[in-house]
Amino acid sequence: MRRVAVVGVGMTKFGSSDKSQVEMFSDAAMEAINESNIRAKDIQALFLGNGLGDFEEGQMNMAPMCAAELGMPMDAPATRVEGACASASVAIRDAFMWVASGFYDIVLAGGTERATAMGTPLATRTFAMGSDSKYEGFNGITFPGAFAMVARLYANKYGISLEKLKERMAMVAVKNHKNGVKNPLAQFQKEITVETVLNSFIVADPLQLFDCCPFSDGAAAIVLASEEVAKRLTDKPVYILGVGQASNGPLYRQKDITRIRAREAAAAQAYKMAGLTPADIDVCELHDCFTIAEIVASEGLGFFAFGKGSEAVEKGETAIGGRIPINPSGGLKAKGHPIGATGAAQAYEIVKQLRGECGDRQVKGARVGMTDTLGGDFATVVNIIYGI
Amino acid sequence: MTYPLTHRQYYEGLKAGKLLGLKCKNCGSYTVPPKICCAECGGTDVEVAQLSGRGEIRTFTVIRVAPEGFKAPYIVALAELEEGPWLMGNVDGLDPANTVEDITGKKVKVGHRVIPPTNYTAGEGVAVTFLLE
Repeated sequence: MRRVAVVGVGMTKFGSSDKSQVEMFSDAAMEAINESNIRAKDIQALFLGNGLGDFEEGQMNMAPMCAAELGMPMDAPATRVEGACASASVAIRDAFMWVASGFYDIVLAGGTERATAMGTPLATRTFAMGSDSKYEGFNGITFPGAFAMVARLYANKYGISLEKLKERMAMVAVKNHKNGVKNPLAQFQKEITVETVLNSFIVADPLQLFDCCPFSDGAAAIVLASEEVAKRLTDKPVYILGVGQASNGPLYRQKDITRIRAREAAAAQAYKMAGLTPADIDVCELHDCFTIAEIVASEGLGFFAFGKGSEAVEKGETAIGGRIPINPSGGLKAKGHPIGATGAAQAYEIVKQLRGECGDRQVKGARVGMTDTLGGDFATVVNIIYGI
Repeated sequence: MTYPLTHRQYYEGLKAGKLLGLKCKNCGSYTVPPKICCAECGGTDVEVAQLSGRGEIRTFTVIRVAPEGFKAPYIVALAELEEGPWLMGNVDGLDPANTVEDITGKKVKVGHRVIPPTNYTAGEGVAVTFLLE
């Protein structure tokens, strides 16, 4: 296995877009290509994360269209990768493996999604297709509903009143919105208060509107190269130190869903490959699709003991300047969550953080960063550790 | 290999008032809903078994923003069955339009509801329901 470096990243503004998914990805990818000091014809393969393009634009097989749009060579395979909300991180991990193995030297990865084109009822339905269609879908389960059940189970398991937990969950949203204000690419760049969250309408009891990330359009891209090639292309390579990906069955098989076992398995792989522990991570972009999701993820990754994640938020340990800054980009909550692109947007933020290019939201002195992306019924989790 | 119990056969069981699953001849665990092997040990030496259909609510939510094709509000819960597996179902018999009391730990009996075919469902579905005992 060879060392693999990120040589360029690109990202569109997240929110609502009139551009097609191919156009959004090409925007992000061309930025990443230009930053890498390469041309599209130098890319040997593309792995493109996309969840629901078929429903959003009636567009299947988008990867070769993106490759052609960018002017990549015909002999470069372009492959769509689908792992629900983790699609782009699955794509990045696959791209990493192809370069690490020595098969390719330069690979493009990323993702694109145009979720707002569907409207809320169809988007809620198609997102829920990430659950078990035979044994959960007919119950009308939604992803806010799944995490609502996590929140209630969490409160009972750890003996925290639901009222107290909801207040701490609201603090996650407040923090991530505060970070989003400092991110010009974020969907929401407006501060909120705990009251904003607690006064918003209920989506899936006990989750309220501001406990939930939005539907979003957007794309992000990353160029990976072997260490040798990377040193020729950039004087600011960011290395992939460790990767992990794990899989699990539907919610009902997982039973106690306050612990997302696929995350624990994926993180263990990534830490082992990197030879690092949670204490070595300086900054983390993790999957805060809902406020409670950030709390359980911060525990699953080993930053806090199980049951202590909500208290850590209250103490400010996850804020920029805290013990382990989480989601300085604004996270899925404020930056937005175009599902097929999310993992690549997390990678974009970590790479920029490690290069020291994040302006007002910069985590000072960050040298090691981690991404955490969750897909479907807590069924796919990808963790990637980056370092300089 | 012969599939021990397909989702269609499981659905037909629910429609006949029976909660069917698998009992593993290797480890003795129950697997519900069914799959090709034991959910606990992965063993393929399994037999179709009828479960008691009784369990306890472990967690729940009231869905107030529904997917296309569903009408909010309604309750979705995870219940732990007497035999061990957890199952997802809709809690019937409460009024989700009003505040729903905490039903965690309440005993339930498994029922079913037939869901007519619609787009992207591959035909009729059968949803598990939970009735408070």
